[in-house]
Amino acid sequence: MIYEFWYAGLQGVAAQKKICLRECMKTAEAIYYMEETQLRQFEFLNERERNRIIQAQKIRDFGSQYQKMTERGIRFIPYFSEEYPHRLREIQDPPYALYIKGSLPDPQSRKAAVIGARRCTPYGEKYGVDFARALAECGVEIISGMARGIDGMGHRGALLAGGKTYAVLGCGVDVCYPREHIGLYSDILEQGGGIISELPPGSAPLARNFPARNRIISGMSDAVLVMEAGKKSGSLITVDMALEQGRDVYALPGPVNSALSDGCNRLIRQGAGILLSPEELLEEWGLKEPGGRATGKMKIKNEKTLESDEKLVYSCLGLYPKSADQLASETGLGIRKVLDLLISLELQGYAEEISKNYYVISRC
Amino acid sequence: MSFSTILSAAVDGLQAELIRVEADVSNGLPVFHMVGYLSSEVREAGERVRTAIRNSGYEYPPKRTVINLSPAALRKRGSSFDLPIAAAILSALGKIPPGTSEDCLIIGELSLNGRVGKVPGILPMVMEAAAHGIRRCVVPAENASEGALVKDVEIIGVNSLKEAADYLLGERCKEVKRQSANRKSIGETPGSILDGSGNIPDFSQLQGQENVRRAAEIAVAGGHNMLMIGPPGSGKSMTARCIAGILPPMSEEESLEVTRIYSVLGMVDENEPLIRHRPFREVHHTATRAALIGGGAVPRPGEISLAHKGVLFLDELPEFNRSVLEVLRQPLENREIQISRTYGTYRFPAEFMLIAAMNPCPCGNFPDMSKCRCTPAQIQMYLGKISRPFLDRIDLCVEAPRIGFRSLADPAVRECSADIRKRVIRVRELQEERYEGQKIKCNAALRAEDLSRYCELGKQEKLLMERAFSLMELTARGYHRILKTARTIADLDGEEWIRETHLREALSLRMIDGKYWRR
Repeated sequence: MIYEFWYAGLQGVAAQKKICLRECMKTAEAIYYMEETQLRQFEFLNERERNRIIQAQKIRDFGSQYQKMTERGIRFIPYFSEEYPHRLREIQDPPYALYIKGSLPDPQSRKAAVIGARRCTPYGEKYGVDFARALAECGVEIISGMARGIDGMGHRGALLAGGKTYAVLGCGVDVCYPREHIGLYSDILEQGGGIISELPPGSAPLARNFPARNRIISGMSDAVLVMEAGKKSGSLITVDMALEQGRDVYALPGPVNSALSDGCNRLIRQGAGILLSPEELLEEWGLKEPGGRATGKMKIKNEKTLESDEKLVYSCLGLYPKSADQLASETGLGIRKVLDLLISLELQGYAEEISKNYYVISRC
Repeated sequence: MSFSTILSAAVDGLQAELIRVEADVSNGLPVFHMVGYLSSEVREAGERVRTAIRNSGYEYPPKRTVINLSPAALRKRGSSFDLPIAAAILSALGKIPPGTSEDCLIIGELSLNGRVGKVPGILPMVMEAAAHGIRRCVVPAENASEGALVKDVEIIGVNSLKEAADYLLGERCKEVKRQSANRKSIGETPGSILDGSGNIPDFSQLQGQENVRRAAEIAVAGGHNMLMIGPPGSGKSMTARCIAGILPPMSEEESLEVTRIYSVLGMVDENEPLIRHRPFREVHHTATRAALIGGGAVPRPGEISLAHKGVLFLDELPEFNRSVLEVLRQPLENREIQISRTYGTYRFPAEFMLIAAMNPCPCGNFPDMSKCRCTPAQIQMYLGKISRPFLDRIDLCVEAPRIGFRSLADPAVRECSADIRKRVIRVRELQEERYEGQKIKCNAALRAEDLSRYCELGKQEKLLMERAFSLMELTARGYHRILKTARTIADLDGEEWIRETHLREALSLRMIDGKYWRR
């Protein structure tokens, strides 16, 4: 296994070529001890790649490195291992090896990727949580990238339902990026999920690594759910890969004037599945009996306890932030009254202030 | 008689100190010596004085002249010693009879033709003289009105050395302007902004922004610091300038205290020497630390001291150098600034109200995500330029939204500054009454230990704050700020007790804490 570890850590040779070479040579150990003349016989390797291998053959201390890594609880699964996820093996450009902290997704259960923009609105955040939560409650495992914005919300939703969720990182599995997600990182592991990466432990979060990790996210999933994506969002790269890999793509529709729903709305026009409610999706997948209540619409909180003015302000709130001034002109109440009511609603758990004096309907 | 002494004064920091100028003219080689720990500008006085004496029609005999400025341990700076040195020499030469100038303070700069020019720091110098029981002061004519602000001191404004000498000779010629303390009533109407433009915009000109308007009123009424957040062009700067028009009047003492600072910096107007209106200082974000808090080899008061008893307005807050903002923390807390040098520590008062304005993100459109083009990291970095401890010192935070066409075109007449000011004055009076005999003047200055006494809450109010505390993740400091703000709001409503509605309004004006700031 330590030779596999050495071979996986080899940089500068594409994963596909690595797999090819490994198939020809049968073991990674053989590659390590291979002569240069023998190496020349493989014509698919170019000069630079050959030199890389020859250079790497001089490395001696990978044994102790492997030891250290396993001691830190990081598992190593190469392409030719039994444990390697089957779904991932099917894709066009599978990673040569996976480094895992925690567990790998259950091959038997259904897996969905919840993805979207890092820059997102409360609307996307809410539905990211809601969908992930509802799916996780029915045993669907949620896969995402632990990035800011929607990704984090997807994980959060799954965790709220007590489900397992898996984060595919663009850096080493022992690196928490972004740093503020350290709480999420430990929660994922605590609930039996996993942190997965194709990069060796300690790799830095470089921008070029991120598009590549998207193929793993979509590759491991059965379906990809896009919650919010702008015109040029990175999520659309994931969608392209998902389509290449033959995964189902669903998108959450949004208002036509919302720049961050533009990508989603366009996906729907191009034929992506439309996300109307988690229940409908679960029925489609046969995980839930059809004919249940269509509770896809947002659960309106019980308004009975609210006073009439509070109800008026509450009815004007939505998932896109509105300023207090805007609400004042919409309701026709004075600004002081509206602020008074908003704070009252906030304290009763009906409203949320997301930026100074900008309010949305409470999302929990 | 060949020896004489004249009284003068020097300014050090904001304090003045009496200086004795001694002159001795005796037989010997015709040299001119000056001693007494002098800076170079004082040393140069010798040339000016001798020439001025000659050009004023006096004969200057070729004799040995020694000038001493005592106490010798104090560093003497500035050009205000010219006139006293000249007077001392004239007295030593017998041109002025001895004894006429014993109880008289003399200050002034001389030009070569004997004209007397103005000098900074007249007010503290005359005040110091009065404190020492000196009843007459000869000052440059241009500074006479400034000196006349001090009670019970006779101020003689002189235009030339000749005039000064004539006065000391007892000839009260009519050019000599004599002024006794006469003062107009202070702060009847809001005046002009001190530094330039001259006219203050009125709140009736401010379109929309009901929320900001209200927050400004609360801020001024309770002396709270305020932060406005909003996209460019939403009227933040205009609001800040409007605030200058609703500031309450200053008391006589306060007025003198402020004028004293301006006097030291030579910023007192000849025709209108007393500063009757609370200063409004707008500082550009390129300001250095020394410009803001004061400093220099010989520490001079900075912008925060110029804003003493008034308003310091910092526009584009995140654009300020972070270290510049951090130095504001201590004066915001202690209401004064201490500047230490190896030879001494200077204290300048800095009791100002801070008004700050900023955009919510570099492009200014956050949280409107369809317009905002900033990445979360960019927003984070922008907001991160202002540290939490700094924000902790700001009581009110208000959002200034983009103004829609409707409110721009709305012909409704809005409340004018004068009406708002009336309410502010009433509330300030209320506070002064309440805190009588204490160091505190306004609600913003309440300390944590005072809160239980002045901001007591009822049962329901406590319940509301308890819920808010956990739900809105308030900190102890944040909680105190809300109580203080609620106190002011209750005062504006004329209520003795803080009610739920006051607390709710205070909550809506709280600083964007924790999670919002971290976003």
